[in-house]
Amino acid sequence: MAAQKISGPYAALGAHYAVHLPAPDDFAFWRDRARGLIQCDVPPDRVSWIEPGGTGDLFAAEGPSRSDKRMPSPPADARPVRASQHFLTLARRAALHTDPARFGLLYQVLWRLQQGPRLMEDKADSQVRRIEELAKAVRRDAHKMHAFVRFREVAEEDGTPHFVAWFEPDHHIVRAEAAFFMRRFANMRWSILTPRGSVHWDGETMHEGPPARAEDAPGDDPVEDLWRSYYASIFNPARLKVGAMLSEMPKKYWKNLPEAQIIPQLIAGAQAREAAMVAAGERQERARPVTLAEVAQGAAACRDCAIADCGTRAVVGEGPHAALLMIVGEQPGDQEDVAARPFVGPAGQLLDEYLHAAGIDRASAYVTNAVKHFKFTWKGKHRLHQSPSAKEIDTCRWWLDAERAFVRPRIVLALGASAARGMLGRTVSVNQVRGRPIMLDDGAELWVTVHPSYLLRLDGVARVEQAALFAADLAAVRERLGAD
Amino acid sequence: MQQTLRQRLEILADAAKYDASCASSGTAKKNSLGGKGIGSTEGMGICHAYAPDGRCISLLKILLTNYCIFDCHYCINRKSSNVARARFTPQEVVDLTLNFYRRNYIEGLFLSSGIVKSANHTMEQMIEVARILREEHDFRGYIHLKTIPEADPEAIHQAGLYADRISINVELPTRAGLTRLAPDKDEAQIEGAMGRTKARIIEAKDERKRFRHAPRFAPAGQSTQMIVGADDANDTAIIGKASRLYGAFGLRRVYYSAFSPIPDASAVLPLKRPPLLREHRLYQSDWLMRFYGFAPGEVADATEADGNLPLDIDPKLAWALKFRESFPVDVNRAAKEQLLRVPGLGTTAVARILAARRHRTLRLDDVARLTASIVKVRPFICALDWRPTLLTDRADLRRLLAPKQEQLELF
Repeated sequence: MAAQKISGPYAALGAHYAVHLPAPDDFAFWRDRARGLIQCDVPPDRVSWIEPGGTGDLFAAEGPSRSDKRMPSPPADARPVRASQHFLTLARRAALHTDPARFGLLYQVLWRLQQGPRLMEDKADSQVRRIEELAKAVRRDAHKMHAFVRFREVAEEDGTPHFVAWFEPDHHIVRAEAAFFMRRFANMRWSILTPRGSVHWDGETMHEGPPARAEDAPGDDPVEDLWRSYYASIFNPARLKVGAMLSEMPKKYWKNLPEAQIIPQLIAGAQAREAAMVAAGERQERARPVTLAEVAQGAAACRDCAIADCGTRAVVGEGPHAALLMIVGEQPGDQEDVAARPFVGPAGQLLDEYLHAAGIDRASAYVTNAVKHFKFTWKGKHRLHQSPSAKEIDTCRWWLDAERAFVRPRIVLALGASAARGMLGRTVSVNQVRGRPIMLDDGAELWVTVHPSYLLRLDGVARVEQAALFAADLAAVRERLGAD
Repeated sequence: MQQTLRQRLEILADAAKYDASCASSGTAKKNSLGGKGIGSTEGMGICHAYAPDGRCISLLKILLTNYCIFDCHYCINRKSSNVARARFTPQEVVDLTLNFYRRNYIEGLFLSSGIVKSANHTMEQMIEVARILREEHDFRGYIHLKTIPEADPEAIHQAGLYADRISINVELPTRAGLTRLAPDKDEAQIEGAMGRTKARIIEAKDERKRFRHAPRFAPAGQSTQMIVGADDANDTAIIGKASRLYGAFGLRRVYYSAFSPIPDASAVLPLKRPPLLREHRLYQSDWLMRFYGFAPGEVADATEADGNLPLDIDPKLAWALKFRESFPVDVNRAAKEQLLRVPGLGTTAVARILAARRHRTLRLDDVARLTASIVKVRPFICALDWRPTLLTDRADLRRLLAPKQEQLELF
C-alpha cells in the first residue's frame, strides 16, 4: 500500500531518513519522530531507526551521514496520527526489547494503522503477532526482574544502610522498572546495577548511572545464609518437580540468586529425605494375632518403639478369655516386669483392695496395660518409672486392640490418661470424662478413672477426696456389670 | 541447649511447608510512597523463587511456634509427634520479615502457629506480629494470617484489620473425618468463624463505599485448605464441600493439599499417599467451577463410579465424553458458555475466538492458530470447513484423546 501513496510536499521524494535514537529505550523520542514522519507520508521502507552503537538496518548503510539533520517537518494542516490504546500499550513495552528491528516494526504497524484502524484485532497478522511476542518477552523480563533482584546490604560512610543489587536483564527494562522498586522501597537507599545501566534511589530522587559490572556490587550479605536455610526448609522433598521449577526459574537466573546455589544438593538429597520420612512413619506389616498366646509372643518380639529395647520383657494381660470386664493400666512397673504379670506391685495391690471393696472380682476380669514394656530411667540402682509418650502408646495400641478383639469385653475400665489414650487414640482429661461411659466402636463401654498409683502419691485431704472418687467410679462400673 | 535463630527458622519453616497457599495476589493496591516504611502490593502476586518441588516462594511462610496442644493426626506438629520444637518471639518474626523484604526475597509474611496455652493467647501473639509490622514499621507488603477458629471473634476481627488475607483451614472434607483425625476441632466452630469473617469483609467493603478512610478488612479475602487423601472422602464429597464453601462463605480460594508422608506419622493415617495427580485434578475441577461456569453437580457428573475424578484425563474432557450430546459446538455461532465447555479451549482461546469471529468466519486452520492444540479440540467443534461427524460418536474417543501411557522399556 505504501507504493500507492504519494510522498507529501515536505518530504523529499525518494529520500531516505535515518533516525538516531538517543537511548535504546527512548519510546517518547521514537513516538515523536514517528508521528512527524507519518504526517509527512514517509513510508516505512524509507526510514531506518538506529539505536546508540547500532548500525540500523541494511538500507541505513548509505543513510545515516546525510540524514536526521534534515528531518521533514509536517505541514500545518497534516492529519493527526491515530493509534489504538492497545497498540500504544504494546508498543511501549515492545520498544524495550533488544531486537534491533523493533522500532522499524512499530513504525510499519503504525503506518498500517492509519489505513486500517482495527489492525490490532487481527491476531493472525504476522506483524501484530510479532509485536505481541516482543511485548510479552519484555513483560516476562520485567516480571522476573521484580522477582529476582536480590539486594545486598552495605553500610555507607555515614552509617546508613545502602542496598545494592546486581541484575542481568534480557531487555532494556531497567529505567522503566525502576519505578516499581521506588514504590516498593520508597524509604530505603538502594541501587540496581546492570550491564545496561544502573539506577540509584536515595530516598528522594532517582539517578541514572552508566552500565556496571558484577564486581561493582557487594559480594555477600550475612542474611543470605538465613534465606538459604529458609529455602531449604520450605521445600517438600516428597513432591519433587524440577521441571516446574525450571520453567519459572530458568537456569540463566541462577547465578545471581543466593538460594540457587543449594538447588543441586536439595534435588540430590530429596529422594533420600523422602525415603527417610516414609521409613520413619512406617510400621512393620504383620498379621493380626488370633490367640492371646500369639499376642504374648508378638509383643515380646516387637521392636516398634524404643521402650522395647531396654532389656525388659513384654507383660501382656491375664484373666479369663471371655471376660465381661477389661481393666487397662498404663504400663508394667518394676515389679510387674520381674513377675511378668500386670498389676502386682504397690499400685496393683491398692487396685485389688478397691476392686474388692467395690465388689468386683479381679479374677473374673481381664487385666492388662496400654503399653506392654516397662519404660524407665536408672537412678542409682533403681529403675525409675517414666511415662510413655503418646507416640509410644499409639504404637502399642496394636497389641491392646488385638487383646480386646480377642476378649471382647462389654466394659473397659481405663486407669489413667495413658490407658484412655490407648483405648481412644486421643488424649482426654480424666476429670472431664470420668463418671460416665464412652461408647467404643464395637459397642463396648469405656469408663475412665485415675490410675491407683496417683492415689499413692497423694496424702491428707486430697487423698481422701480422690480415693472416694475412685471408689465411686469403681462402684459405677460394678453397677453396670451387675445390670448385665 | 539454646537454639540459634537459624535453627529455629529451619524448624518453623519446615513445619509450615504443608500449607499449600503462598499467594500474594488480589489485595488492595498500596505502596510505600509518602510512608515511613517499605512495601507495596500491586495486584499481581510475585513469586520470588521456586523450590525444587515446583512451588512458588512468595511469602515468608513460617509458624510462630510449633508447640501445639492439639492432636490432629495428619499434622506434623500435633502434640503427640516427636518433631523438634521451637518458638519465635513476635519481634523476631518482624525482624526476619523486614530483613528478607528489604533484600527483595519475599512479598510479605504468611504467619501460622501451633496453639500454645490457649487459642486466644496464640491469636494475640500472631496479631502482635502484624501490629508491629504495620504500626511500628509502617510495613505495606502482604500479610496473610492463619487464624484459629477457636479464638474469640474479636481477635479474628483484629487480625483482619492488619492482614491482607486471613484463612481458616477446614482441614478435612467430612465431619466424620474431622472427628476421627482432628479430635480437638469442630466443624461448627470452623464454619462459624468463616461466616463471621465473611460478614466482616462485606461490612468493611460497605463502609468503605461511604467513608473513604474506613479501615480495610482483609482486602484479599479469606481462603481455606483441605487435605486430600488422609481420610476416605471421595472427589465428589470434596467438590461438594468446596462449592459449599465458595457459596456460603465467599472464599477466594480453596486450596487442596495431597496428604504427604510426614515424619513421625500417626498410626491412624493411611500408609499410602494419594497420587499428586489427584490434587491436580481437584484444582482443575475448582477452575471449572470458578472460571468455566460449571455447577458443582456437573463436575460431580464427570466422576467415575467410585466418586473420584479420572486420573488419566482432565475433568473437562471427562465431562465432555460423558455428555457427547452437547457436542459438537459451532465455533462461529455458539455462545461463550458453550465454547467454554469444549475440552482444550481455555478462557483466553475462547476470548480470541469471540474477537476473531467478528472479522471472519472461522475455519479449522483459524481455530488452530488461536488455540494451543487443535487435535484435542477438533472432535468437539464445527467450523466452516469442519464437522467431526464420525469422531464424536466413536467408542474409543477417550483412548484417542487421553495422554499416551508411557511404555516401560526393558531395563
